[in-house]
Amino acid sequence: MFKKLYFNIKNFFLIEIIRGLMLTLKYFFKKKVTINYPYEKGPISPRFRGEHALRRYPNGEERCIACKLCEAICPAQAIKIEAEPRPDGSRRTTKYDIDMTKCIYCGFCAEACPVDAIVEGPNFEFATETREELFYDKEKLLANGERWEDQIAASLKLDSNYR
Amino acid sequence: MLSTTLFYIFSIIIVLSCLGVVSSKNPVYSVLFLILAFINSAILFLFLNAEFLAMLLIVVYVGAVAVLFLFVVMMLNVKNEEKNIKFQKYTPFTLLIVTVVFVEILYIFVSDDVILKNISLSENLSFKNNTIFLGNILYTDYFLLFQISGIILLVAMIGAIVLTLRSRIGVRKQVINKQISTSKSDVIEIAKVKSGDGA
Amino acid sequence: MNFVEQFGLSVFGSNDISFLIVVILKILAIVLPLLISVAYLTLAERRVIGLMQLRKGPNIVGPFGLFQPFADALKLMSKETIMPTGANKFLFVIAPMITFVLALIAWAVIPFDEKNVLSDINVGVLYLFAVSSLAVYGVIIAGWASNSKYAFLGALRSAAQMVSYEVSIGLIIISVLLCVGSLNLTDIVLAQKTVWFAIPLLPMFVMFFISTLAETNRAPFDLPEGESELVAGYFVEYSSMSFALFFLGEYANMILMSAFTVILFLGGWLPPFDIYPLNLVPGFLWFVIKVCFILFLFLWVRATTPRYRYDQLMRLGWKIFLPFSLCWVVLTASFLMLFDMLPKSV
Repeated sequence: MFKKLYFNIKNFFLIEIIRGLMLTLKYFFKKKVTINYPYEKGPISPRFRGEHALRRYPNGEERCIACKLCEAICPAQAIKIEAEPRPDGSRRTTKYDIDMTKCIYCGFCAEACPVDAIVEGPNFEFATETREELFYDKEKLLANGERWEDQIAASLKLDSNYR
Repeated sequence: MLSTTLFYIFSIIIVLSCLGVVSSKNPVYSVLFLILAFINSAILFLFLNAEFLAMLLIVVYVGAVAVLFLFVVMMLNVKNEEKNIKFQKYTPFTLLIVTVVFVEILYIFVSDDVILKNISLSENLSFKNNTIFLGNILYTDYFLLFQISGIILLVAMIGAIVLTLRSRIGVRKQVINKQISTSKSDVIEIAKVKSGDGA
Repeated sequence: MNFVEQFGLSVFGSNDISFLIVVILKILAIVLPLLISVAYLTLAERRVIGLMQLRKGPNIVGPFGLFQPFADALKLMSKETIMPTGANKFLFVIAPMITFVLALIAWAVIPFDEKNVLSDINVGVLYLFAVSSLAVYGVIIAGWASNSKYAFLGALRSAAQMVSYEVSIGLIIISVLLCVGSLNLTDIVLAQKTVWFAIPLLPMFVMFFISTLAETNRAPFDLPEGESELVAGYFVEYSSMSFALFFLGEYANMILMSAFTVILFLGGWLPPFDIYPLNLVPGFLWFVIKVCFILFLFLWVRATTPRYRYDQLMRLGWKIFLPFSLCWVVLTASFLMLFDMLPKSV
């Protein structure tokens, strides 16, 4: 009986609604969680799988030895490699294409690579206006490698303990 | 001069829209024409210094009654051909009713009826506005009639409710008060179960 | 002098053409700030709801996102107007215009300050009530003319909802009028010199506010729009400027109903207390501040409450608000009779 009365009074004076309103008012003054994206960016894990890059050794030699393990493992069959021995006898790729529109960013290519040549870097802002720009060739991938080498090396080092 | 011209403009619009009500094939158009007629009659009330009645006409007839008409007509989705057949079938009745109403109105205008002249609003300028005047008349001279008409409307409403109300058995209804006032202890029993004894 | 002539005189002054220009300027002086405040109300809504959800809301276009409404307007104007195949063309085009025009014409009687009103008619309250009850036509015609089931469902819901809540709004207004003894909006405000009606009639104030939420189809009563079930309700089929007119009309209606609430319950342009620092502020400013407060309440409620189910909405309107407001009218009348406080007949 008393409980029923209590609930009716609570109902009648819209107590619950007022409590709800107070809650939203509290949130109104709280610190906001929004990140002003193009100007601010959230932290990225060292394992982040972004845009692909082909790396070089510190002396400038390409790492990729055209073993085609990445091509074999790629579940989306986005990678196409052609290889020939170079004049100095070492085996290197003549063609290394990734179709970024097919790629599912699973990171298997980077896992499979025995020499850490193909990696997925931290860059995720590579939207283009045409599809053609997303068919990456070797030149583009190597350019990516040069551009992101510092961060790629740093994140590989950070992650190396867990491999 | 200005008000005479305006009066004729609005009256012509009323007559035309009334013609539209009866002649348009689409029932939705009929209702919309009816609304136009209502609004213009409200404006004619303004010419009689009866701004209270004008606003009431818009609030009650346009704002509520015509909305329900429109509501029903839109829901029914009456076919145009069907309407024509019905129209022919009921023509004699329509003509009869129209004649009776017309003769009645004619009688009121022709004969020297006193009632009409007494209620003329524009001649009672002793009041600041006609809202007060109307209130005074309704709650003094015509108090009984006013109350009776209210009761008739109430009876009509109750009748409509009684006709449509049927209590069905076995219907589970939501009682919101009961739901909100249910507390945790009413519906959940927390039992301490010893490990292994649960099954 | 009959009412139309009086109305004509109060609007036109005389046959002199210069008065006509003055009146047009007056109308512009009301409509232009109104449209700008409508634009900024859309921004304020997004910002306030954003802030309450721990987001920032639009803040890129211009300083603090202040140019966002203009960007939106440009976007809407540059879009294509699409006419659905089965639509009734005339009604489809005219529906948003009805909504928009009705939202604007009501402002003719709103007193912004003492003597600062376009036309001071003696049935101001009824005029406002009539115009707000007409607003349902824009919605229902749009829903029917679109020839789309979602639009139609939205329109039906809206019609039933607005008609239902008008009943209790009417009764609430009556209880205010009992304390004033006049239908003139200026008189209503002046009657609140000693105390705002929000204090003695607090339950009516709360109910009036909730009913205006339903009347303007705002959350938690935004069933006519009901994104999750009806896509967008009665204006699904609209695009470009015709959509913008609906949008503007809806928000102008919000501001209108806030102004109505302020006039009925919060003492219009009057300061809260007639004491030294407060009565220095011009009345117009008080009016704007109060309207902004009510508008903030609108947004605040939207950010807080979930949408009502349709039967709950009807239950609230007919089974709770209607009897309660009716009781309160009787109570107010008896109280005023008992203590001989009825306003004197003029």
